[in-house]
Amino acid sequence: MELETAAVGKSFPPFEYEVGREKIREYAIALGFDDPIYLDPGAAREAGFRNVVAPPMFCVVYSAGAMAPAIFDPEVGMDFARMVHGAQSFDWSEPVCSGDLITTTASCASIEERDGKGFYVFESVSVNGEGAETVRGTWTNIVRGE
Amino acid sequence: MAAPAAEGDAIPGLTVTPDRYLPVRYAGASGDFNPIHVDQEFAKSVGLPGAILHGLYMMGLVSRAATDFADGDPRRLESLSVQFRGMGFPEEEISVTGRVTSADGDRVELDLVATQGDREVIRNSTATVRA
Repeated sequence: MELETAAVGKSFPPFEYEVGREKIREYAIALGFDDPIYLDPGAAREAGFRNVVAPPMFCVVYSAGAMAPAIFDPEVGMDFARMVHGAQSFDWSEPVCSGDLITTTASCASIEERDGKGFYVFESVSVNGEGAETVRGTWTNIVRGE
Repeated sequence: MAAPAAEGDAIPGLTVTPDRYLPVRYAGASGDFNPIHVDQEFAKSVGLPGAILHGLYMMGLVSRAATDFADGDPRRLESLSVQFRGMGFPEEEISVTGRVTSADGDRVELDLVATQGDREVIRNSTATVRA
C-alpha cells in the first residue's frame, strides 16, 4: 500500500461556530444529559457557568466545520469507501457555554501505514472568543488496503 | 464521589437502548447526516445489516458515564480517548461500564468499555477526571 504523505503538516482554514442554547439542548437531549445546567440558564448560572453549558462532547458539533475540509482534502486523498473512524481523543480545558464564539483549526498530523492499513491522523484546536483553548482533538481514520 | 475513588473500583456506568429514530435525532443534533446512519436502504446497499449508530454518539454515552462519575460536573472531565470497534445498532441495549485504574489527589483515571450484547463497540477507552 503506497500512501501519499504530502499533506502531513498541512493546516486548514479556521472555522467559526457560535454556540446557541437550543443547539446545546438538542445535543444534550439526544445523548441523555438531563441535568438543568445544560438546559436552563438560571440553573447553569447557579452552578457557576456564564450560561447553559455544553456537554464536553459537544465539541464534535462546533469542530465539524473545521474537520470536513481536512478529511475531504484531495491532497490527503483518503479512500472513503474503505475508511472507518478508528479512534478519537479529546483534551478539554475551558468549558463552552451558550453565546461563545469558538474558532477551530484542523491540521493533518500524520499519514502512516501499519499492518497494510493507512492511518490518517488529524488534530484540531478550538479556542473561545477570549483566546482560551476549549478542546484539543485527535481524530484517527483508518483506510483498509485493497 | 461520596468516598475517594480507589484503584479497581467499578464506576456506576449506564445503560441506554437507543430507539429506532435516535440516529436521526443525533444526526440533527450533531450535523452528521452520513446516510449509513439514517437511511436503512442505503446502509443495506453498502453491505451493512441496517442503519448503524454514529460512533461519536456512542463516545458521547461513554463521556456521560465519565461525567456522571465526576458528580455530573462537565468541568471535571479532562480527557477522553476511545477506539471504535464493531458497529452499534438502534433498538439494542448499550451498556457502558468502567473501573478506576489509578487515583491520586488531583486526578482519577478510568478504563471504560461500551458493549452491545456480546460485542464491544468502544474499547480501550480511558478518561481522566479532575478530583
